[in-house]
Amino acid sequence: MSKSRFVVARTSDVAPGTSLRVNAGGRDIALFNIAGAFFALGDRCPHESGSLCAGKIVGFAEADEPGKYRLVRDGEFVRCPWHGWEFDIRTGKSWCDPEKSRVRAYQTGVTSGSDLVEGPYVAETFKVSVEENYVVVEI
Amino acid sequence: MSMDLLEPREKRKPGGALQGLGVVDCDIHPQFATPGEILTFLPERWRDYVRTYGGFYRQPLADTLSHPRMAPDVARADSWPPGGAPPGGDLAFMQRQHLDANNVDHGMLMPLNRGPGNQRNLEYGAALATAVNDWQIACWVERDARLHASIVCTQEHPPFAIAEIERCAKDPRFSQIMLPPKSLEPLGRRRYWPIFEAAEAFDLPIALHVGGINGYPATGSGWPSYYIEEQHTNVQGMQGLITSMVVEGVFEQFPGLRIVLVEGGVAWAPPLKWRLDKHWKRLKSEAPHLKRLPSEYIHDHFWFTTQPLDEPPEDSDLLETFEQVGLDRIMFSTDYPHWDFDEPSFVAAKLRIGPEKLRAIMSGNARELYGLT
Repeated sequence: MSKSRFVVARTSDVAPGTSLRVNAGGRDIALFNIAGAFFALGDRCPHESGSLCAGKIVGFAEADEPGKYRLVRDGEFVRCPWHGWEFDIRTGKSWCDPEKSRVRAYQTGVTSGSDLVEGPYVAETFKVSVEENYVVVEI
Repeated sequence: MSMDLLEPREKRKPGGALQGLGVVDCDIHPQFATPGEILTFLPERWRDYVRTYGGFYRQPLADTLSHPRMAPDVARADSWPPGGAPPGGDLAFMQRQHLDANNVDHGMLMPLNRGPGNQRNLEYGAALATAVNDWQIACWVERDARLHASIVCTQEHPPFAIAEIERCAKDPRFSQIMLPPKSLEPLGRRRYWPIFEAAEAFDLPIALHVGGINGYPATGSGWPSYYIEEQHTNVQGMQGLITSMVVEGVFEQFPGLRIVLVEGGVAWAPPLKWRLDKHWKRLKSEAPHLKRLPSEYIHDHFWFTTQPLDEPPEDSDLLETFEQVGLDRIMFSTDYPHWDFDEPSFVAAKLRIGPEKLRAIMSGNARELYGLT
């Protein structure tokens, strides 16, 4: 089936570091602006369906061993407003359950540039491009 | 361009057996709209006392929690009402976001506010209990008849507790008595029996909601380091409560007493029954007042609420565990507006049971226990 393109927002509607719920083709979509680049996820957490665009935009805390912590990729994850499941805004990948991640990640065929361990759940993702000064979502 | 986040999103996945089913939510937390709201329900003497001294628990730093929570105010990040009230502090917002949206027929209020039962000044605790009870009626139940109040009281001084229970019990807008699970002694001890006697006499269940003040260490060797550890101590706490009440003989003395465990989960209950039964067979000469297997007392006297739902890797394991607890003893709850809220459709999807059993858990068991229509 061929994909459709939807104009969903003006670029100025979504300031860097914020999100916006939009609708494209009947689907609710959480639109994000990371430093001028736009990304879109299905606005529904795969756990209990919390609305991701109501979630906090955060970084990812990681540690190689107890006592050594660092925050990486600040502003590139959204944390579900309910149970705090975290998703990579760029890919929709969950970082919540690393135990099962490799299996599920390979099955989806999504490759990540990140060297973080990827989670097993994939929020619905949409390609987004900026044409003129509108955000266009491709479904 | 921005959409109201409370506007319904696209149609949820088909509700299946939940279609058209009005649920009973056994755990809703109301909050004061402003910190001063409760003052209007206190007599001037205690308003002045609060202004001058404040409350005092068995802990330093009144009104603080033992661990930083998952989220500010322990709340869902999307539950802050736009009008400026804290999560759970705005009825209209709660109606829109939860009661209406999730088809809640009845909601049991679980006021954790200011912990009257744990106030060290007993007279203030009693006045505060009265205020919180009156506040539930005036600000919540009177404004939305779907909501049902819980009688809070000063369990460390039963005469005050009983006076408050007697004041409220005949008002059908109160559906149960609520005691903090962390008390000076394990809750089965005889100092608390007059309260159980009153509960039985008024035919009111007693709800025990996890948590309580942090003056009581969460484990036998003190306070854990992480919130994730403290969360799990809710299970140990519930197991301790059941064991104390059963072994002290509470249910031999009060055969009509019904206890609701709120927010402690469910899946840990079967192994507790097995172990207590095993011990009882060998050690019953120590507690000859127990006439039946501990598991029988547990089944007859305890009700469990679903949230936070246990999530084993295989959904079928959840149902099997629930069946071992007894599908007639499990009642749906959300914990709205707290961060670990469970949505009805999520619980229904995880349980994968026929419509009749699902109806019992989501609605029927609580209607029967509380005598709701």
